[in-house]
Amino acid sequence: MSLFSNTAVLLSKELRTEFRSRELLTTTVVFILVVLILFSFAISPTTEESREFGPGLLWLAILFAASLMLQPCFLREQTNDTLSSLRLAVSDPFSIFLAKLIANTLFLLLTELIMLPFFAIFYNVPVLPEFHWLLLVLLLGSLGISIAGTALSAISAQARMRELLLPLLLLPLLTPVLVVSATVTVGLFEREPIVKGKGIAFLAVFDVVFLTALWLFGEYLLEE
Amino acid sequence: MTKRIILGAVAILLVIVAAYASFFIAPQERTMGLIQRIFYFHAATAWAGEMTFFVCFLANLLYVWKRQPKYDWLGVSSAEVGLACITVVLITGPIWAHPVWGIWWTWDARLTTALILFLIYVSYLMLRRFGEGDQTPTIAAAFAIFGFIDVPIVYMSIRWWRTQHPQPVIGGGPNSGLDPHMRPALYTNLLAFMCLAALVVWFRYSVAMAERRAEDEAAQRALAENPLSGKLESQGVR
Repeated sequence: MSLFSNTAVLLSKELRTEFRSRELLTTTVVFILVVLILFSFAISPTTEESREFGPGLLWLAILFAASLMLQPCFLREQTNDTLSSLRLAVSDPFSIFLAKLIANTLFLLLTELIMLPFFAIFYNVPVLPEFHWLLLVLLLGSLGISIAGTALSAISAQARMRELLLPLLLLPLLTPVLVVSATVTVGLFEREPIVKGKGIAFLAVFDVVFLTALWLFGEYLLEE
Repeated sequence: MTKRIILGAVAILLVIVAAYASFFIAPQERTMGLIQRIFYFHAATAWAGEMTFFVCFLANLLYVWKRQPKYDWLGVSSAEVGLACITVVLITGPIWAHPVWGIWWTWDARLTTALILFLIYVSYLMLRRFGEGDQTPTIAAAFAIFGFIDVPIVYMSIRWWRTQHPQPVIGGGPNSGLDPHMRPALYTNLLAFMCLAALVVWFRYSVAMAERRAEDEAAQRALAENPLSGKLESQGVR
């Protein structure tokens, strides 16, 4: 199918652009690290408190990092007006979004995996016992952030004050992702089985709903 | 114009009747006393706000489908009015909550959703204003659609994950059963504020459309008065 082959080509383009310089990944990793350290200075938690609040702070740091990381996603295409060529090249503009959001999910997931050992050490939380579940939550949460974020990055790229506008548009929309992934992560560290399944299902529903909305309305975001 | 005057008169009359009903006809609530009467006003503006946001959602859907500027302006007008209503809700809520619950605010599902709703539509109006180029109405419409879809998800996420602590008793609310004698006051308020919201949206919308027409006419006039345009026309440029 042309949608998937187009997406694969565009995805390889996104990955190549990023791994040539690794600018986004490096800055995002350092940003999350700085935020986590500053959080710990601001509240100086005990071990018990950091298990309770740590996941929320981690997800907040990821959310802030994502709102910065997603900024250049469409802006990059404006410098040489490559977006028009992309639009001409593919039959369905959804594949542009799909490639970008898969790339963003991968970048986010990679930075999260690099950050996780530091988080575990600084906040003294056991990440290993339920690691597979944690990975699933990270994947679904990052996917949700990337879906909404890629769409809004296309929106904010066409406005003034875009650097401020993207977090302003994105963060209220992502409230459910923050609430649910933070709660599920706390549950994983405290071994509460009840919230796990329901939370993961909820994150999956969020992802599917926004992916469908993007599929339906995405083409309007790329018009010129 | 006469239609608007009639609707305006009806709305004002309804607001007066509703105010009378909520202050004099509705019985005094046993435990909360006088402060409970703010509920009629609070619930009615909340309903009116939700209604206008729904109109905003429909208008934006119609805009991306039909691409007629009138739907875009209807979306903007209703979002502005809805925002005003939700602001009233967010102000009257804590005024009631402080004496009754003992706190100004709690992160309950309904309160949080109202706040997020407020933030989403503030960002929509900001985007609509800060957008560059002819694409602004379309991307703002798409954002409004995303935002509207998000609202029930926010509500469910807060309801399922953030209300482990006991729910505050919403006395006098429809959930705990409303005294039948209080119903007339509530219903007249609902009707009054919906009429009022519809009226303001209508006015705001016609002002926006009139401004648009005035801009068009000014542009046409500038084009006609421009000495160059005649010259260019004679040279066959236009």
